[in-house]
Amino acid sequence: MIKRRLNIRMSGLGGQGAVTAAHVLAMAAAKDGKYAISNPFFGAEKRMAPAESYCRIGVYRIYDRGELVYPDVIEVFHPQVITMGKSYTMPFYSGIKENGLVIINSEVPLLSDEDVKRLKDLNVAVFYIPGTQIALEIAGTELSTNMTMIGSVAGITKCVSLQALDLALQERFGKKFVASGGTATLDEAIKKKFAKKEMLLKKNLETVTRAYNIAAEWAEKNNVELCVAEASA
Amino acid sequence: MATPSIIGQKNKKGQVYTDPWYMLHEAPRTPSFFTGSEVIKEAIRRASVDVMIAYPITPQSEAAALIGELFAEGYVGDYFRGESEFAVMSECAGAAFGGARVFTTTAGPGTMRAMENFPMWAGSRLPIQMIVTCRGINSPLSIQPDTLEMAYLLQTGMLVWHAETAQDFYDWILKGYMVAEEPDVHLPLALCCDGFFVTHTKDMVELTPADMCLPPYDPYRSPVPCMDMECPPVRMMRDPFVMKSNYISYATHASWQQEVWAAVERSRKHTIAWLDGLIDAENVESDVVIVASGTAVSQGREAVAMLADEGIDVGLVKVKTIRPWPGEEIREATKHAKHIVIPEFNIIGWLAREVKATIPNNERVHAGPHVAGGMTMPPEIIVGEIKSLLGMKVETLATRGS
Repeated sequence: MIKRRLNIRMSGLGGQGAVTAAHVLAMAAAKDGKYAISNPFFGAEKRMAPAESYCRIGVYRIYDRGELVYPDVIEVFHPQVITMGKSYTMPFYSGIKENGLVIINSEVPLLSDEDVKRLKDLNVAVFYIPGTQIALEIAGTELSTNMTMIGSVAGITKCVSLQALDLALQERFGKKFVASGGTATLDEAIKKKFAKKEMLLKKNLETVTRAYNIAAEWAEKNNVELCVAEASA
Repeated sequence: MATPSIIGQKNKKGQVYTDPWYMLHEAPRTPSFFTGSEVIKEAIRRASVDVMIAYPITPQSEAAALIGELFAEGYVGDYFRGESEFAVMSECAGAAFGGARVFTTTAGPGTMRAMENFPMWAGSRLPIQMIVTCRGINSPLSIQPDTLEMAYLLQTGMLVWHAETAQDFYDWILKGYMVAEEPDVHLPLALCCDGFFVTHTKDMVELTPADMCLPPYDPYRSPVPCMDMECPPVRMMRDPFVMKSNYISYATHASWQQEVWAAVERSRKHTIAWLDGLIDAENVESDVVIVASGTAVSQGREAVAMLADEGIDVGLVKVKTIRPWPGEEIREATKHAKHIVIPEFNIIGWLAREVKATIPNNERVHAGPHVAGGMTMPPEIIVGEIKSLLGMKVETLATRGS
């Protein structure tokens, strides 16, 4: 299904980079010539507390902002979003549109039989990716888990190109970035894990690309066709 | 001898003092994908601000910190952190009394804590600009957007504008100084937005060149002498003519209040020129017209598009300034409407109250939908209310998806 607009809801836990992921994805979409808008929604910044962010990408100017109540795509950054209900909505897929997509960072299936049935009734595809494992394997840090979530949604929906993601990552991590104290601390933490900034950028892009390829292959094999129309449309 | 113009000269950062009208209406623009907080920084970079005073409170902290970066880079004359919001706003007054162009940012409980200062700013005719990134003010705590605090600002004598997007923010910060510093206005401006929905949202914004900046504030354009507490000509505390209980003091005070509100009215003509009208009206020949300010305008635009897909024609009025209040403009824009729908991000519906007090046949006003405490307003909710008003069947939103 080709959409004029793709609504992506990212449900994660504080410190996982869900906010950064939505911003990077939207930045990449803008670089691809699409319209995009991204915003986070969280309470007091706290690690492991529920944190959500939203990215809307489309072929026309988007005004809608705030919590995404009716998403096409939901990305679950952490199993606890499902297993411990660390979600802004219960169940976590509340509001998902028909023919939508759920991407879950987990090595093992997490959905109950009831959840599976309800998602199936709505023709929602479910894709599991061991995002944290991939991040550890390629980047050597679980802080790059958000990169696998960016890669997954891009790989399946082609909502942004890898080239644009490369540029967006350079913009986000290649220069000094001032946000909240929590974000600044995490930025410092991840920079310390890499000898050089170039290495951080390189490893992050590799992580994105690996997830992108795995997800794209899965989408092809399972005939999952959910994408945004071309910018010129 | 004619005074040489500062236009065309460079500041210490090499920026050229540029004619503001040229800078904001004709100079080339560069599209940039920024959060609202980053946009505040970029506007202040070009605003020739002398003093910025900061105090942390979500969701304005990021903008305040970013302006600290600007100070470190040398774009802001002075920058420091106050002891509380009350202290910040008092210190802003001191800086403005001293002839500085002053900027500050606050939100929610911070706005409330500092409230005593706002009528004082207006009465002292200080053209301070304060960004208000609205958030919940009540208990239980919320840091999410809720525009209730704006209702408290409406009677302070400040100019109150409500930005919809980061683009509005960028332009209006710069234009705001131009309006507020006019000698026949010379009032503080509360430039409000819905926190998070603007401050933390990344959106495409068109920026003016970074090497152009506003001419500096000229304190000699102030219409009143500086009101010093101890020194002539006013000696407010030592020689307090307004603190004596007699007819002259009451009359002085009353006429000064009238003058402050007259100055708000006089800002109208400047604001209309700079903001291209106090409202934007689209398709207001329709039977149904949405009247909104801030993020509610954006959600209204989405609702209008969704209803158009179903063949339902709805108009939209974007209210840009709440003070001065565009009463005449709203009367004109809503004269054909059978239903006037006013979505708001607060529980009391202060915008609907203002509209009801303004237009004839105000039973046409439908105050709502309302969300509060940081809730989002999906356009589907506005669509649902409009369909209900038109007697159409509405799908229950809660049954969708899950």
